[in-house]
Amino acid sequence: MTAPTTPALLYLDAVTVAFDGFKALNSLSLTVDRAEMRAIIGPNGAGKTTMMDVITGKTRPTSGIAVFAGSHDLTKLDEASIAELGIGRKFQTPTVFEMHSVEDNMRLALKSDRRPFPTLFARSSALERKRIEELLERTRLKDCRKRTAAELSHGQKQWLEIGMLLAQEPQLLLVDEPAAGMTDQETADTADLLREIAQTRAVVVVEHDMTFVRSLNVKVTVLHEGSVLAEGSLDAVSSDERVIEVYLGR
Amino acid sequence: MRVLDRTSMWFLGLLLAVAVAVPVLNLGVPQGSAFHLSDHLVPLIGKYLCFALLALSVDLIWGFGGILSLGHGAFFALGGYAMGMYLMRQVGQRGVYSHPVLPDFMVFLNWKELPWFWYGFDQFWFAALMALVVPGSLAFAFGWFAFRSRVTGVYLSIITQALTFALMLAFFRNDMGFGGNNGLTDFKDILGFPVQARETRAALFVASALSLAMSYLLCRFIVTSKFGQVLVAVRDAESRVRFLGYHVENYKLTVFTISGVLAGLAGALYVPQVGIINPGEFAPANSIEVVVWVAVGGRETLAGAALGAVLVNAGKSWFTGVLPEFWLFALGGLFVLVTLLLPKGILGTSRELAGRLRWPRPASSSSAPPLSTPAE
Repeated sequence: MTAPTTPALLYLDAVTVAFDGFKALNSLSLTVDRAEMRAIIGPNGAGKTTMMDVITGKTRPTSGIAVFAGSHDLTKLDEASIAELGIGRKFQTPTVFEMHSVEDNMRLALKSDRRPFPTLFARSSALERKRIEELLERTRLKDCRKRTAAELSHGQKQWLEIGMLLAQEPQLLLVDEPAAGMTDQETADTADLLREIAQTRAVVVVEHDMTFVRSLNVKVTVLHEGSVLAEGSLDAVSSDERVIEVYLGR
Repeated sequence: MRVLDRTSMWFLGLLLAVAVAVPVLNLGVPQGSAFHLSDHLVPLIGKYLCFALLALSVDLIWGFGGILSLGHGAFFALGGYAMGMYLMRQVGQRGVYSHPVLPDFMVFLNWKELPWFWYGFDQFWFAALMALVVPGSLAFAFGWFAFRSRVTGVYLSIITQALTFALMLAFFRNDMGFGGNNGLTDFKDILGFPVQARETRAALFVASALSLAMSYLLCRFIVTSKFGQVLVAVRDAESRVRFLGYHVENYKLTVFTISGVLAGLAGALYVPQVGIINPGEFAPANSIEVVVWVAVGGRETLAGAALGAVLVNAGKSWFTGVLPEFWLFALGGLFVLVTLLLPKGILGTSRELAGRLRWPRPASSSSAPPLSTPAE
C-alpha cells in the first residue's frame, strides 16, 4: 500500500490533476485535523472545486496522495464509498431532491444501510424519526417538513442541504460557497451553524465572501494556480505580498 | 405513502372487473345475445393486457428511475420466444413433417438433432422459468456494463436501441435455431389444452390480468419504499445521491433487471394468445411505441402507463381497420399532441386537475385522503 498512515483526518500530499496538460491542481499539499474548521479561498480557477472533486472521488488525481482518517486511500475509491467513509459534500448550487418532501430528503440522507435490498425493505424507526426531528429543528425547517424541497427558498435549500450533510454523520464536511445568494442575516446564521458543527467535526469551507470568511475566524488556506500560496489567519494571509498580488489586490 | 392509494384501488378494481367480465360474457352468455363478447375479442383484449404489463415495466425504470429504455421490446420478445419454444415442443408429431422431436422448421432446414439450447423446453415449468430468467439475465448483463460505465441519458437510450436491433438481426438468421424470419408458430397445445379453444383463451386472459395485477402491486411496493425514493432521487439529482453514499449503479441495475423480468413475463403471456412469435417483435420501432404508450398514459403513474397501453392499442386496432395506411401518422401525431398538451399524460393531467378542483375547499371537508401526487 502506497498510502501512508497519518494522524491528520485529511492528508493531501503533492496532488496533481492535469487535464490535457493544463494543471488544475499542481502539487497541492494540505492537512486538516479532526474537529478543525478551515476556510479555502482563492481566485477563480485556483483549483478549489477540483480539490473537492479529488477528495470526494469525482476526479482521480494524475499523481499524489490523498488519505482520509489515517489509512483510507481516497484515490482508489468511488464517490459513494468515500461518502460512506464519512466525507460529506455540499455543492455550490444547492442540490436537494426537489420532488421529495423536506422530511424525506432528510430521511434519505440519514446514516443507514445503503445497499439496494435493505433499502427496499427499510421501515422508518422511532430513532430515525427522532434524528429527523432534531435535524429539522437545527436547520429551522420544522414548519415546512411536509412541503416538497422545490418549494423552499434559496436560503432554506442551502440549509436543508447542510442538514442532509449532518444527517450523514460525516467526520469531514466539505462546504462549497454556503453563503452564496443568502441575505446578510442568513449568512450570519450560516456562519454560526458551521462554527457549531466544527466543534465536533472537521469542516472545510470554500468561500468567496471575505466578510463571511472573517466571521468564521479560522485558519485560511489560499490557493493559486492549483497549489497552496499561503496559510494562516485571515489577517496574516491578507498582509502577505503574494496573496495581495494574485488575489486581494485585484 | 401507502402501497394501495386511491388510484391503485381503482386500477385493481377495474382490472378485476375486466378479468371476471370478459370470460363470463364470452363463455357464459350465449352467442346471439346482445351481451355476448365475440371470440376474437378475448385474445385481443388479452394482448392489450400484455402490452399494459410491458408499459408498466418501462414506466418503472423511465418514470421513476429516469432510465429511458428504447429496447424493452427485446426483453418482451425473449420472454415470448421462451414460451414459443415450449409451444413448439408441444406440437410433437402433429407438425407438417411429423418428426417426433424436431420442430418443422428444423426438419425443413435439414437439422439432424435438437440444438442444446432447446433442451428442457418440453417442460412448461422450465420454459416459464426461462421466460423470466433469460430476459432478466440479459437486462442484468446489459445494465452491469452500462450503469458501471455511467452511460446515461440519450446515450443509454441509443445503446438499448442497438441491443434490440442486434437481437432482431440475429433472430432473423436461420442458423440461430429459432425459426429465422418465420419465427415460431402453428402452436397446438399449452399444458395439454388446445391453444385455440375458447376456454383456454379465457384462462390465458385471466392469467394475463392476474399477472398484470401482481406486477402492478410489486411495482407499487418498490416505488413507495425507500428504494423508490432513492430511485426518484437518482432521476432528479444523480450525483447528489452518490455523494450521500448510495451506489447508484446498483440501484439502477436492480430496477432494470426487475423491469426486464416483467417485460419477459408480458412476452410469455402474449405469445400463446396471438399464436406467433417472430423476429419482428425485436424491431426498434416496437420499443419506441411502448414509450409512446407510457407518455400518453402518464409517466410515473404506473396505472397510467397500463391505461395508455390499452388505449393506444385499442386505437390502433380500430384505426388499422378503418385507415390502415395512416396509423403511423396518427401515432406520431398523438405523441406530439400529448407531449405538447398533456406533458404528464392522461392520468397525470387528470390528477392535477382533480387536485386543483379540491384546492379551494376548506380543510374540514378534506376528510377523504388526497389523491397521491405523482411526486410523492
